[in-house]
Amino acid sequence: MSLTLLNVIIAVVCAIGFAAINAAYLVWAERRGAGRIQRRPGPNVNGPLGLLQPPADGLKLMTKQLIIPGGADKALFMVAPVLAMVPAIMSFVTIPFSPLIVANSMNIGVLMIFAFASLGGMSILLAGWGSRNKYGVMASVRAVSQAISYEVPMLITVITIVMMTGTMDLKEIVNAQAGGIWNWNLFPVHLKDDFVLQPLMPISFLIFFICSLAETNRAPFDLGEAESELVAGFHTEYGSMGFGLFFMGEYANIVIGASLTVILFLGGWHCPLGLLPGNVGFFLIKVYMLIFTFIWIRWTFPRTTIYGLLNLSWKILIPISLFNLLLQAGLLKVF
Amino acid sequence: MSGPIHIQPGETFTLNVGPQHPATHGVLRVKMEMDGEYIVKAETVLGYIHRMHELMGENRTYPQVLPNLSRLDYLGAMGYTHGHVLAVERAAGIEVPERAEYVRAIMVELNRVASHLFWFGAFVMDLGGFTPLMYAIEDREYILDMLEAVTGSRLTYCYFRFGGLYNDVDDDFVNAARAFIPRMRKSLKKYDALVTGNVILQQRLRDIGPISANMCRRYGATGPVARGSGIDFDVRKNEPYSVYPEFDFDVPVYHECDSLARYKVRMDEMEQSLRIIEQGLDKLPEGPIMPKKKPKIIKPPAGDYYQAVETARGSFGIRIVSDGGKNAYRFKLRSPTYSNMHLFDEACEGMMIMDALALMGSLDLVIPEIDR
Repeated sequence: MSLTLLNVIIAVVCAIGFAAINAAYLVWAERRGAGRIQRRPGPNVNGPLGLLQPPADGLKLMTKQLIIPGGADKALFMVAPVLAMVPAIMSFVTIPFSPLIVANSMNIGVLMIFAFASLGGMSILLAGWGSRNKYGVMASVRAVSQAISYEVPMLITVITIVMMTGTMDLKEIVNAQAGGIWNWNLFPVHLKDDFVLQPLMPISFLIFFICSLAETNRAPFDLGEAESELVAGFHTEYGSMGFGLFFMGEYANIVIGASLTVILFLGGWHCPLGLLPGNVGFFLIKVYMLIFTFIWIRWTFPRTTIYGLLNLSWKILIPISLFNLLLQAGLLKVF
Repeated sequence: MSGPIHIQPGETFTLNVGPQHPATHGVLRVKMEMDGEYIVKAETVLGYIHRMHELMGENRTYPQVLPNLSRLDYLGAMGYTHGHVLAVERAAGIEVPERAEYVRAIMVELNRVASHLFWFGAFVMDLGGFTPLMYAIEDREYILDMLEAVTGSRLTYCYFRFGGLYNDVDDDFVNAARAFIPRMRKSLKKYDALVTGNVILQQRLRDIGPISANMCRRYGATGPVARGSGIDFDVRKNEPYSVYPEFDFDVPVYHECDSLARYKVRMDEMEQSLRIIEQGLDKLPEGPIMPKKKPKIIKPPAGDYYQAVETARGSFGIRIVSDGGKNAYRFKLRSPTYSNMHLFDEACEGMMIMDALALMGSLDLVIPEIDR
């Protein structure tokens, strides 16, 4: 009993530590990356390569006064940033980094991650509503409609994967992709004993990737904080650590999104060519490559419109992913 | 600021965009009556940076007023001082040496490219793309360095004098300008590939923010805004001044009337400005930069004088009514963005706020120039 309790504590501490370190240093990576893309150095003063910038920023945010605007709903205003961070950390619990490094491998891991991901939309809604700011309310309405419309194609894509592998356990999904790049769910050919040819999986991967961009409110889908029209969107009224938690929550969500993409499509901890035994290194390399793509996209594209975003989801992504689901169901029936 | 807000269905709310807002690029305030994300009615409110330049023009002598003109539009200041010196030269009958005229044209066009570059970056930033701003500023920096070496200032130039120039250009400037042209052409190609061809940008600008030619005429809109609506009017061609008739250049006109058309007009104008600079550098004659005979105190004979020039934002007009004294009796500035901005109230009705702000970006507003 005490051993399991210890396990839980270690898992939670590790999850929080991993989320916090990632959030802090992804901000640094994003700023350095943006600097490279924009031909400027980025933060390079504090410490070697500016590596002390995140602790300095964190310290600054923590020492600032938390101002609650007059007329704001105090409870919601305080709860919202916490609600942004907690689900993100909770999701780490069930993510398998390698066969050994997983806090709690559940047989409904996929479901749990999506349940927590939906809570993220809630925090934006509460933040916008609770801060009694017109820009905030507009932004949260946008963000919620965005979250709803992108969860649908994302879940349909995940259902396709679940049908393919026959399990909702993330560990099992990764194990089913062992052996090499041609066994990954990203690619249509499966050279396992049960030969399945699924030609639409690359498109599924794209849909999932676009949805995870939209789910994490990243550019070009960052309509919730469209700074050129809504000032700062849902976190307009937040300063101090309230803002800091939103910021860290965003980056933690990016890590979750990238990890999930790697687990579902890119073979998790397995070596791309099947030469080496799978370990956590491969997993992290894949995750950070995806995160770099997130950063790259953000600093390249302008923002979409809200109706362009909804059209993309309801008119293009959902029909295609539904068709893919149907195709997968048909393949399962035939073979 | 306490108590719940009760908004009934169908009720609108007022959103104050500005005077401090990232999209207005200055202290412009737009009172928007919103129905959710849709604008029911918009009203632009001015006066936050009014400095009475016109009255100052009446209280000071003509040379004293000259620096004021470059404080109107801090991005394309050269064009505005050009208007003033041309107006006073016309009024006082001062001859300008040919070399000075050519240098002026080169300077104005360089400044136009710099202004459009900054607009390009800021506009794409309005649409949410941050990186092009940095690229544009890098190119603009090159121009500003060139202009600084000759004029001594980077933004608010007071380089033109009645009758000529403050300072002659040297070989360094000519070489730098020659080197700049191929560099800028390369950059324009890059912007075309990186930004203009982008699907998201096209989707955000095409058929968004329609401004008809009729509307342009009603509001007196000029410059790229009018040319994006199919009005083929450019003061440099239609009422030529200075040495512009000597140059071979086109006036880009688009008939789509949307934000994309205005965007393309400005991008094409940069290319045309480069052509003018190229020809100006080739034709640059030797000679003095100030006339031999010039009155010490400028006292134009009594009369009514008007001079229009094409600045980066449209046609800028100066009306000087002189009573024969050292100061102007009446000094009236017709600034292009003032007219262009008032389009916004009518054009943005019924639009969503993000499209409306894209439309506002495509008008290229510089607030100190509207308020004067």
